[in-house]
Amino acid sequence: MSELITKSAAELATLVRTGEASAREVTDAHLARIEQVDGNAGYDKDAVGETDVHAFLTVTADAARAQADEIDAARARGDELPPLAGVPLATKDLFVTKGTETTASSNILRGWIPPYDATVVTKLRQAGTISLGKVNMDEFAMGSSTETSAYGNTRNPWDLGRVPGGSSGGSVAAVSGMMAPLATGTDTGGSIRQPAALTGTVGMKPTYGRVSRWGMVAFASSLDQAGPIARTVEDCALMYTAMAGHDPKDSTSLPNDVDDVFASLRTGIEGLRIGVVTELQGDGYEPGVSASFAEALTRLEELGAEIVEISLPHAPYGLPAYYLVAPSEASSNLARYDGTVFGTRVDAPTSEEMNAATRAAGFGTEVKRRIMIGTYALSAGYYDAYYQQASRIRTLIANDFKAAWEHADLLVSPSSPGVAFEFGSKSADPIAMYLNDVATVPGSLAGIPAMSVPSGLDEQGLPVGLQIMAPLLREDLMLRAAWAFEQATGFDTTPRGANAVATPQGARA
Amino acid sequence: MTEMITYTRKDGVTEPLTDERIGWQLDGYRLVVGLEVHVELTELKTKMFSSDPIDFGGDPNTRVGPVTAGLPGSLPVANKQGVRSAALMGLALDCGIAGTCEFHRKNYFYPDLPKNYQISQYEIPLCHDGFLDVVVDPDPAYGDEGDEPIGRRVRIERVHMEEDTAKSSHSGDTGRLHGADKSFIDLNRAGIPLLECVSRPDVRTPEEAQAYVRELIAVVRAIGISDARMEEGSIRCDANVSVHIPGEPLGTRTEIKNLNSVRSIGRSIAYEAERQVRAIQAGETIVMETRHWDESAGVTATLRRKETLADYRFFPDPDLTPIVHTDQQIEELRAGLPELPKQARARLAEAGIAADIVITLVDNDLVPWLDDAVAAGADASTAANWITGELLGACAAAELDVHACGLSGTWMGQLAGLVADRTLSNKLAKQVLQVALKQGGDRSPSEVAEAEGLQQVSDEGALQAIVDQVIARNAKTVEDIRGGNAKAIGALVGQVMGATKGQADPKLTNQLLQRAING
Amino acid sequence: MSLTPDEVRHVAMLARLAVTDDEVAALAPELNAILGYAEQVGEVAAHGIPTTVHPIPLTNVLREDVPGEVLDREELLAQAPAAEDDRIVVPRIVSED
Ligand SMILES: [Mg+2]
Ligand SMILES: [Zn+2]
Repeated sequence: MSELITKSAAELATLVRTGEASAREVTDAHLARIEQVDGNAGYDKDAVGETDVHAFLTVTADAARAQADEIDAARARGDELPPLAGVPLATKDLFVTKGTETTASSNILRGWIPPYDATVVTKLRQAGTISLGKVNMDEFAMGSSTETSAYGNTRNPWDLGRVPGGSSGGSVAAVSGMMAPLATGTDTGGSIRQPAALTGTVGMKPTYGRVSRWGMVAFASSLDQAGPIARTVEDCALMYTAMAGHDPKDSTSLPNDVDDVFASLRTGIEGLRIGVVTELQGDGYEPGVSASFAEALTRLEELGAEIVEISLPHAPYGLPAYYLVAPSEASSNLARYDGTVFGTRVDAPTSEEMNAATRAAGFGTEVKRRIMIGTYALSAGYYDAYYQQASRIRTLIANDFKAAWEHADLLVSPSSPGVAFEFGSKSADPIAMYLNDVATVPGSLAGIPAMSVPSGLDEQGLPVGLQIMAPLLREDLMLRAAWAFEQATGFDTTPRGANAVATPQGARA
Repeated sequence: MTEMITYTRKDGVTEPLTDERIGWQLDGYRLVVGLEVHVELTELKTKMFSSDPIDFGGDPNTRVGPVTAGLPGSLPVANKQGVRSAALMGLALDCGIAGTCEFHRKNYFYPDLPKNYQISQYEIPLCHDGFLDVVVDPDPAYGDEGDEPIGRRVRIERVHMEEDTAKSSHSGDTGRLHGADKSFIDLNRAGIPLLECVSRPDVRTPEEAQAYVRELIAVVRAIGISDARMEEGSIRCDANVSVHIPGEPLGTRTEIKNLNSVRSIGRSIAYEAERQVRAIQAGETIVMETRHWDESAGVTATLRRKETLADYRFFPDPDLTPIVHTDQQIEELRAGLPELPKQARARLAEAGIAADIVITLVDNDLVPWLDDAVAAGADASTAANWITGELLGACAAAELDVHACGLSGTWMGQLAGLVADRTLSNKLAKQVLQVALKQGGDRSPSEVAEAEGLQQVSDEGALQAIVDQVIARNAKTVEDIRGGNAKAIGALVGQVMGATKGQADPKLTNQLLQRAING
Repeated sequence: MSLTPDEVRHVAMLARLAVTDDEVAALAPELNAILGYAEQVGEVAAHGIPTTVHPIPLTNVLREDVPGEVLDREELLAQAPAAEDDRIVVPRIVSED
């Protein structure tokens, strides 16, 4: 197995630019890795083998090779190459891709071939990345384990008996499993940060509105935000730079210019005030997570940061508010899946029965649960107590963060209250599953940038993530701290342990 | 003891009812009507929330992008000109314009609604609290006195922006929903910008309802936001109708949907009012329902019972941003309003044009024609008469739309000018008009007259010769006239006309005959 | 606040989801547990607090009235589960909108 799969995106881009490796070689290496560890069950959940990671639903090998050849030809001509030329990418199946099946991991969209591309897809292609295909996720991004996918589980490369987190489970598994150095993720309540934490990868949710939502299948419009997943902070910064920016097709897209996050990336955190959020630690967090978090604080202090205690008094209401706002918006966003204009249809004598039967057959249990909750929360007589009240709590939480920035430059917490759990262990209890998002949801409701960076392993050898949160549009500051922390931690992102994914030859340090 | 009588507004607020005209009545029951009018912004180029083009008459499903189809991942962006059109409409109706308003989603499943929600406005519409003044003829049956036209003010509750639905057609013999075994969806209409204008329940007679809609159409055309063609669906009207005994609370209302002509608005309301009174008298209860107007049978019939009140689950659309208007922007828009029908009416009345002619001009969107005619040198009253009388009459006879007849206000002004300078008699001018209507307006009236040999003979020398011949041939008639039978001169005029193929200037002919006979 | 099976059926009707009696029986306690948890939001005195939708409020994001690209009709109809005569086909419609 080629060493190329162990390289970071930044390294690969340099190799391709200097001609030390061709884009074709890089692409073939990653396709071979997919072949080695992912199985090729695709959309057939019954075909997922016991040791298959099953990150990919579709592998677009031919298109990827053709794109790689174009890059190599461009280099041969002496053309200037875009910044991520030749770097393989895994695309979350929530992004619509022209000509390539897009399902949001739902049966209701099985077979849907979109006639257009998401802005993120276009921008990343223009940046030179080579999409290897579409990756698995929780159905419509609703879940924290990727177990709600209609197309079978994705396994955590660190322990194939455990979940990779979710909803961007396929994305983190592809990156952690070295099938791609980069993957797109989407984060509504923690769907980038929590799975990144559970797989020892770096995942970043930018400020709401920073990355276009055009062509991203909507879950909860006021919270959905796309972001990068990588194995290094630098790669995350590179991919963020390629994804971010104003898009006139998205009314909520921010018009502000995107700051150069590289200017300060390697300048350290000496003198920065880093706030520890009182409400986002302690009870409900696994001991291994708490221990790693305590270690992380020591490390940050050693790097010259000043650690301060910060209270976000309304943070405990974040999760209940989130589980009203997100399902409410979802109930409306998902109304269009009714078997009329696109997607699957279950035939019935009347349109009304056809819609109801299509939706009953096409949506999974968790999606139906959330549609029901959201429909109820918006219905006459309950709107004010539920949706409105939750939207007011968003304001209070945003105000808590504003007050916090008076005393701290950044905030930190564990990314997730626990490490990767075993398949099925939380599926029976929706609230136990929802609690996975307890640390990430406050930042989502406030729209601030937040990311997860590996902080070490727990006593079982499973990865733990540190969440770093920054003021609105301060991705630069956040990445700077994450980079300093990453350098100091020296975390090896290679999955290892008794039940880990097969190691590529020579991949271990 | 008079209890305040109230009604419930669209946004749920309760308000008192106003009542100054008795209006329609039957066995002590009176009529209360509120009107909802949807206006398609046909003059825009693109849809309300996407750049998909609006051009009517396109093949099915050819004006559809990802947003119109409601494809996953697609997002709406509001049309700037759509917002502007809505604000102009509000200002034309003397509404207040909201400093900040937002778009809401109205959630309901229907095959003609691709996303299964309609983007509309709910709590805060763009325009609120306006009015539209209309004029109706007095009717003693409605308690009116005198024969002066009656001015009525219909208050406007709101004007809001929304998107249109797709068009569905149905299989089967009738082409209607009932009895069809499947339906066909054409998404071209989906997303077309709509304004919904909601009146307060101030209408008290079927004729007031008609006058309201006619005036609304005139306003829409004056500000140029829609072609306002009811028969083509670019104006759609629903009427909320109830009856009650004065002093008692309002009766349950029914909604008559999709009335597609001014005539059916009047007929359906009159029918529905009487139906409700008779039903109440027969001990039946009026149920809240939607009714369909059958124009050929002349009846309304139940379309849908609202057994459970619709639950639209309105909430602010998180995909769109609020719309903000500063006071200065509102004043700039107001300053840019063109002349409104009510202003045109006042101006024309001032210019001495008769009231009924003014109404005809305004209702037919012909005020600009008159202005052009006057600019071409015609006298206002004369030109107005020619336009509303001869031109409209001739167009109606030829089944022509006056705005597509090929002529223009300038052309009509020139025609009136030829009559005024006696190049043409009235009769000849009418002939010129007929010819031009057949041929189109490429040639000016004088060119048509010349080409057709229709000029009036008003050359005194030429006419004198003919007059002399006629007098010489009719010595007996001349004697009669001299003997006191003045009327007999008509026969001589007729002969002169005959000799000139009707082209002699009648006034001059008369003068010359008088002079020849009486010296 | 506790949802009865009939209320669950009503909400499912609003959401256009066909549900069996078994599903209603399973959904009712789940939904009640989730709503019971979410109802904590009521503990916060938030009256008069404005709502937040976008953390960086934008206004007047508007588009010029300029036509753009549309989908090829064949491409549009190819996505539809049923099409005929250049239109999308749905079975008999019972309710009037
Ligand atoms: Mg529909
Ligand atoms: Zn409407």
